[in-house]
Amino acid sequence: MAEASGVTVNRSAEAKPAAGSLLYLDGVTVSFDGFKALNALSMIIAPGEMRAIIGPNGAGKTTMMDVITGKTRPDEGDVLYDGRVDLTAEDEATIANLGIGRKFQKPTVFESHTVEDNLLLAIKADRRPFAVLFSGVREAEQARIDELLALIRLDGLREKPAGDLSHGQKQWLEIGMLLAQDPRLLLVDEPAAGMTDSETAETAKLLKEIARSHSVVVVEHDMDFVRDLDVRVTVLHEGSVLAEGDLDTVSANERVIEVYLGR
Amino acid sequence: MVLIRRLAKLFSAVLLLATLAPAASAQTGLEDALAGLTARSFSDKETAILAIAASGDPRAETLLQALQEGDLYFRRSDDRMVFVRDAEKGYDISDALTGEELGNVGKRKVRKVSINNKLRGVLKSALGGLRLFAPDDGARAEAARALLSDPDPAMLSGIERALAAEEAARVAELLTLARAAILAQSGPVEDRLAAVAALDGSMNPDVWAVLGRLANAEGDGDTQTVAQAASEALARIDSQKQLYQILETIFFGLSLGAVLLLAAVGLAITFGVMGVINMAHGEMLMIGAYTTFVVQQLMPNAIEYSLFVAIPAAFIVTGLIGIGIERSVIRVLYGRPLETLLATFGISLALQQAVRTIFSPLNQPVITPDWLSGFYEVNGALSITYNRLYIIIFCLLVFAALLAILKRTHLGLQMRAVTQNRKMASAMGIRTGWVDAMTFGLGSGVAGIGGVALSQLTNVGPNLGQAYIIDSFMVVVFGGVGNLWGAFVGAMTLGVANKFMEPFTGAVVAKILVLVFIILFIQRRPRGLFALKGRAVES
Amino acid sequence: MATLAETGGAGRGRRSPLLHLSDRGTVIFLGILAALAIGVPLLNQLPESSVFHVPTYLVSLFGKYVCYALLALAVDLVWGYCGILSLGHGAFFALGGYAMGMYLMRQIGDRGVYGHPVLPDFMVFLNWKELPWFWYGFDNFGFAMLMVMLAPGALAFVFGWFAFRSRVTGVYLSIITQALTYALMLAFFQNDMGFGGNNGLTDFRDILGLDLRSDGVRNGLFVASVLALALGYIICRMIVASRFGKVLIAIRDGESRTRFLGYKVEYYKLFVFTLSAVLAGIAGALYVPQVGIINPGEFSPINSIEIVIWVALGGRGYLYGAVLGAAGVNLAKSYLTVAFPEIWLFFLGGLFVLTTLFLPKGFIGLITESRLFRRRAKEGQGDG
Repeated sequence: MAEASGVTVNRSAEAKPAAGSLLYLDGVTVSFDGFKALNALSMIIAPGEMRAIIGPNGAGKTTMMDVITGKTRPDEGDVLYDGRVDLTAEDEATIANLGIGRKFQKPTVFESHTVEDNLLLAIKADRRPFAVLFSGVREAEQARIDELLALIRLDGLREKPAGDLSHGQKQWLEIGMLLAQDPRLLLVDEPAAGMTDSETAETAKLLKEIARSHSVVVVEHDMDFVRDLDVRVTVLHEGSVLAEGDLDTVSANERVIEVYLGR
Repeated sequence: MVLIRRLAKLFSAVLLLATLAPAASAQTGLEDALAGLTARSFSDKETAILAIAASGDPRAETLLQALQEGDLYFRRSDDRMVFVRDAEKGYDISDALTGEELGNVGKRKVRKVSINNKLRGVLKSALGGLRLFAPDDGARAEAARALLSDPDPAMLSGIERALAAEEAARVAELLTLARAAILAQSGPVEDRLAAVAALDGSMNPDVWAVLGRLANAEGDGDTQTVAQAASEALARIDSQKQLYQILETIFFGLSLGAVLLLAAVGLAITFGVMGVINMAHGEMLMIGAYTTFVVQQLMPNAIEYSLFVAIPAAFIVTGLIGIGIERSVIRVLYGRPLETLLATFGISLALQQAVRTIFSPLNQPVITPDWLSGFYEVNGALSITYNRLYIIIFCLLVFAALLAILKRTHLGLQMRAVTQNRKMASAMGIRTGWVDAMTFGLGSGVAGIGGVALSQLTNVGPNLGQAYIIDSFMVVVFGGVGNLWGAFVGAMTLGVANKFMEPFTGAVVAKILVLVFIILFIQRRPRGLFALKGRAVES
Repeated sequence: MATLAETGGAGRGRRSPLLHLSDRGTVIFLGILAALAIGVPLLNQLPESSVFHVPTYLVSLFGKYVCYALLALAVDLVWGYCGILSLGHGAFFALGGYAMGMYLMRQIGDRGVYGHPVLPDFMVFLNWKELPWFWYGFDNFGFAMLMVMLAPGALAFVFGWFAFRSRVTGVYLSIITQALTYALMLAFFQNDMGFGGNNGLTDFRDILGLDLRSDGVRNGLFVASVLALALGYIICRMIVASRFGKVLIAIRDGESRTRFLGYKVEYYKLFVFTLSAVLAGIAGALYVPQVGIINPGEFSPINSIEIVIWVALGGRGYLYGAVLGAAGVNLAKSYLTVAFPEIWLFFLGGLFVLTTLFLPKGFIGLITESRLFRRRAKEGQGDG
């Protein structure tokens, strides 16, 4: 699949530990004017895995997402997708088409488009300009949109501009858009931010549901939410991995306590 | 034979001159000598001329000059030497020695002291010799330069004497060159070659002419040898000339860069701090230039000082206009850069029309004070015009002042804080609205000052701003937004690049090439040469 | 915003691009154009004594407005729908105009002042001996028309290729588009460029062998302009109403988000920018024979920025808003520059300021919003 889309394939890495992984970060360093946002970060996500990333502000969580999705180029290090595609050489659009979807911390939907059109834009299809220019909306696509509208509970608001939605509704719409993309790997940045407790629980449930058929990386501050997810946790601090394991293990880790309590 | 006699006489005259020159007062000597001019015989006149030259009297030069130009007469009644001026009827005459007015006389009452070609030659040499001993350095240098441009072997000994007495290094150098120029023309070949060697490396255009004549001279073996040496010297001088030409181009480029920087630095501030494109920025330049015009109209008797009044006046006027624009329009459009661009463009149109209505659509005459005109000649290949030099100095002063404001003052601290993170600055209690207004006022005020400088270089008319706005944008875009040093390097680079290309391509094509270069450059570095980096900037 | 008015009309499901022309605004707009195309030439045929007689000079003046309208449409396509504020569209317009002008110059043949069979007057004047290579082929109408589209299109493509790929956006892009047209202006002012320098190209006589000054040709050019505007409008409408158009709006509202959805934003921008430049070129080509001259002044940055204010005033992101703005502002210009020449720049400057301050969505936007507001108020009453 990767070759078909004409992306760079890193052959030397094929036999390395990257083999078999879905996402493989090795020694990734990003610095802004001397400040190292990521410092030799290494991490492996297996296919089908769900992973929670936690860490204090400035730990490099968002920068990590930026590197994976092609927004920021690392100064050093490898980022491999599917064990062989070098993500550092691709742009955002290509990476998205490879099957990596991203949900932003602040909900970013197209405010002047209707809820329905937001989903239509996201739905998996040929993204090349001329293909898009001459394509209508196929039955199957419409059906999928209807299905998603029901799932995210916005089918009554399909004709509304997305800008009119509440904060929580926008979060859900964005998750809906992420699902419409049908990615193999979902990067979800603080999905529970600004949600009520019940909404947060619902979101955790939805994510777990999604994780059955997709790989998911969730960045989150909310410890209760992470506990609800009940998955392997990576703690980031100052741009590198501080600890990894299940939530109870990392919570017991002295250095993690130190960082979090600021001793 | 005539020549030899003439030379002999000249020689004796110069000898006389050398001995008598220090004796300042020789009143009777001069009067007696002058009387000799009434003689009919040219040879008597010649003696008289030489005596006048030898008198050492300060009036000798004026008299000889008048004689040379045919302005010296004598009264038929008493042989008194007089200067004449044309009057309605007859001549107004005055005493040639005392300057005493002697009233109006009929044309036939006076008689011109006539001279022939031979006397003209004598006069010229005598005058040249006299001037070499003038009390004023400048006059002596002028005389030496005249000798250099027309090397006359007859003047050799005079030059050597003058050289021995000369104290000003500048004049001595010219005399040495003049001497070498004469020596190189004839004599033993070793001496001629030595003279050519003395001329080698000079940056004086007269020397180049002398060498050129030597190099092209046709003749026997000696002449050929000298010609060879002269053309070699010329070749060496040419390569040196090229170096000076490069220096001059750099100087021109830097002065253009200084103009660009003065025009653009205000834009760099407002764009950097507020993210606002002010299309009316060019009109701030224009208003600054018009302020200069108005100030000069108000103080016509003190034009020399007008710029020192115009600079603060322009800063205040344009600064206030800038604050007015910010408070009334830009503040409302905050966060909508494209709309701001359009609105400020509208303002610029209105300001242009306002100036057209108030003054006129024509250019206004702004006077350049005397101290700004003229030039300093480093050597024949490089001269520095004062207006360009002052522009560079002025630009550096303004730039340093701006740096000081940004780095050392409280306002500067707040401005930098707002540039880097507006929200955070606001959260820390900085009144961002006030900072915006002050920033805009400062940026506009600096543009006004730039306008004062521009008024000295270019036509002051309603379209002055339009001519500079795109260049200013290019400087800011090229240098990187929000960075004064970026604007500095950008302006100087563009200025120098422009001037280097001009000789090859012409001014317009050079400008087009620079524009095309920037258009390509911004593709490679969309945020300019000195871009701020980091997460906050990207969002 | 804009999309509410534009895309709401199309029903959901089975959206074929062609069906988007059925919304009410489009029907009314095309109706008006049809009426103009038929009506104006007819009124021109009436005897001069009639009150309704439209003199030929007015036909050409209207034709000029229609060309401006097409130009405004082209700007609206990139600015209103894709957020690209081009301050250099006058350059594409002028390039199209020059291509047409070159054809018209060749049509003069040996009837120039100097009577040279091939060389236009200005070349004879400059002592040129033969036609420069880039003038070859312009004696052929078909080739000239191809160049009318190709020259601005190619420039836009090359420029856009560099600019969009390196992600030059916002005010930066605006400034370099302005620099582009400024550089072209300087270049075309040069006599050596071979486009007539200062004076540009003028003294045209024939088009397709027909006398340019005849009423028939004048009417024909007017009708052609209206047809071009209608066709341009239909193309733009189809694009903005299609799925492609939704992507354009997505780019306008959230460029980086659109990338993360997998769209190669630069290609979309490049396509729409190039298309827009071609439309602008066609507008320029129709403009030149109607005003009888093309000179480097058309490249001046102020011209380009004026186009933007037409669009802003009419309302961007509606297409017919741009047309309305172009017609309105130019009518005012024609009147004011003659009646009160002093006032015109104050008026234009004021338009810029007032439009951006008080009419951010333009005239059409104001109407649409007030209608929407009334409808919502009614719905609110119904609920209560």
